[in-house]
Amino acid sequence: MNRTDRLSLAHLWVAIGAFGVAAAMAFMQALSRASLDLPWRSAKLYYISVTAHGVLMALVFTTFFIMAFGYVVVTRALERAPAAPGLAWAGFWTALAGTLAAVVAILAGKATVLYTFYPPLQAHPAFYIGLTLVIVGSWCWAAVMLLSYRAWRREHEGAPAPLAMHGMLATVIVWLIATVGVAAEVLLQLIPWSLGWTKTVDPVLARMLFWYFGHPLVYFWLLPAYVIWYTVLPRVAGGKLFSDPLARLVFVLFILLSTPVGFHHQFMDPGVSAGWKLLHTFLTFGILFPSFVTAFTVTASMEVAGRMQGATGLLDWLGKLPWREPLFSSVALSMILFAFGGVGGAINASFGMNAVVHNTAWIQGHFHLTVGSAVALTFMGASYWLLPRLSGRELELGLLARVQPYLWFVGMMLFSFSNHITGLMGMPRRVYDAGYDGSAVAATWRGLTGVSAVGGLFLFASAAFFMMVMIGTALAGKKKEPDPILWAEPLYPVVERRTILDRYGLWTAIAILLVIVAYAYPLWAHLRMARFGSPGFSPF
Amino acid sequence: VNVAFYEKLCMWAAGVLIVAFLTTIAVGVAGSALQPPSHVETIDPTKVWNDPRFVRPGVTVDAHGATVIAVGMMFAFMPAEIRVPAGRHVTFRLTSADVIHGFQIVGTNGNTMVVPGYISQFTTVFREPGEYLIVCNEYCGLGHHVMSAKLIVEEVRP
Repeated sequence: MNRTDRLSLAHLWVAIGAFGVAAAMAFMQALSRASLDLPWRSAKLYYISVTAHGVLMALVFTTFFIMAFGYVVVTRALERAPAAPGLAWAGFWTALAGTLAAVVAILAGKATVLYTFYPPLQAHPAFYIGLTLVIVGSWCWAAVMLLSYRAWRREHEGAPAPLAMHGMLATVIVWLIATVGVAAEVLLQLIPWSLGWTKTVDPVLARMLFWYFGHPLVYFWLLPAYVIWYTVLPRVAGGKLFSDPLARLVFVLFILLSTPVGFHHQFMDPGVSAGWKLLHTFLTFGILFPSFVTAFTVTASMEVAGRMQGATGLLDWLGKLPWREPLFSSVALSMILFAFGGVGGAINASFGMNAVVHNTAWIQGHFHLTVGSAVALTFMGASYWLLPRLSGRELELGLLARVQPYLWFVGMMLFSFSNHITGLMGMPRRVYDAGYDGSAVAATWRGLTGVSAVGGLFLFASAAFFMMVMIGTALAGKKKEPDPILWAEPLYPVVERRTILDRYGLWTAIAILLVIVAYAYPLWAHLRMARFGSPGFSPF
Repeated sequence: VNVAFYEKLCMWAAGVLIVAFLTTIAVGVAGSALQPPSHVETIDPTKVWNDPRFVRPGVTVDAHGATVIAVGMMFAFMPAEIRVPAGRHVTFRLTSADVIHGFQIVGTNGNTMVVPGYISQFTTVFREPGEYLIVCNEYCGLGHHVMSAKLIVEEVRP
């Protein structure tokens, strides 16, 4: 194992560890929602576990996996060691220390504020400082990624970045623009307030800053998954990437449109006027476009793979695909789940229609298809592919790895569809118990919360299989010369020179301009309004 | 750049679909005034109970419809039972005395965040008389799941 793979592996293992803990918490929540009387069931434990699940899955598992994958792209696509390895390791340790601080605060019951931590719910300062350190760590990673690209570019006059690096650069740019919002919220509002230096915070301002960050956050998760779909999947499927330039265009569109859309998370908020919400709605629908293109290009790449294996009919290429290969099946199944998630997302974004689903169980049904499937299942599939190649050990318990994506798929269909339906029936999300004192309408949710719990059982089994394969491979996998990490080749040869799609500075500048259009006036008007701050509350 | 025929077709289809989605939203906004609750009005959250706008939570009915004044707090709504006339415009005015809450009338599209320091306002019409469950749909602490109220929509006698 070389030294740079140690860097990737360290990040990968933190991601896997966070996933394992968070998955166990999730199972308990699904059972609790179904009102199953477990001996250790309590409201306090439930809300602690919702907080820990959200933080560990959405912030820690994703961020650490993405950092690991970023370093893999540098070493295998740019074919060089990451620039500034000291900074890279400093980022790792900073983010890990931050994670531990936040997790200790959560498990001690001092930060039961969920992963959205809306004030005036007030957590222990260690929670906010811990999350800040996670982000500072990710900034070190972002700097290493940019420095590595700059060094590569100097040696490759005029050549476009390999597609995988192009996608990771888009990820880095989206992340750097997005985290400005949460940094402002946490550093200017929440940390001074939780330390008692300031008495009050403005909750709507906090929500504006949080969702400025919160929506591009989902693209920070999704873009590395897309990189895997575009640059790893076609090769694993035995084919070629259908189109390299369109893939580049997709990533550029995400740089532009990821951030100026945050008000679609605040449709139901007072204090934000309807006109700005409508502008963000229009931009939000713009982001559907690159995902539609991705669905086409990646599916077309799979068809190319099937035809290269000899398929000739209309649909027989599907049968030629390697459905027993865990990376392939993970990505293919995650794409099917994501298609439903995308349709649901368009509904959520539909301005007035959002009132029907806002903060109902529909929402958790939705984001378990997106981040919980398109992203998480892809990352798990990629872990089966990465771990042996990075650690030089054969994948252990291969049968479990083969079954695991299908279990996730079945579990997620049961969990997500039942939650979409109970959401439409009016069941709120994130409640410890949905009984409402024997309310007749609440009783109609019961059968489906049971279905959701069965889905949770499948998902938990799937997560446990994943953990067993990972740990089994690390402890008992046969040592061997690792297979190389190879990227998909495009069907048509790549343009040899950089084009306008490779002008990252230009796209970043336009993205910032769009952010200014979408946010400058509403923020300025908000700050000028006579507002009253809220003192903190810790009702947990 | 060489773009394959099917690819172009897919991109056009995606574009048309997005325009169709946005058109339905625009029609909803222009035709049915379908807007999310976006009222902008502030209030001192530490003095809600003394503020003239919220000093008397409850329902006032006049010839045009009804106005509901309500406060969300950990872990109840005040008032806990709200009676409004069916088929008339009902305007809800809500605020919070502590943390952020949600106010969702199950089985309707009545849904808003209730944020301390701000007044949420929306107007709707309940066509079906009956009893509705109101729930808090934003996590507000350990009693979040018991925070609920009742809306009773009454037939108006001519």
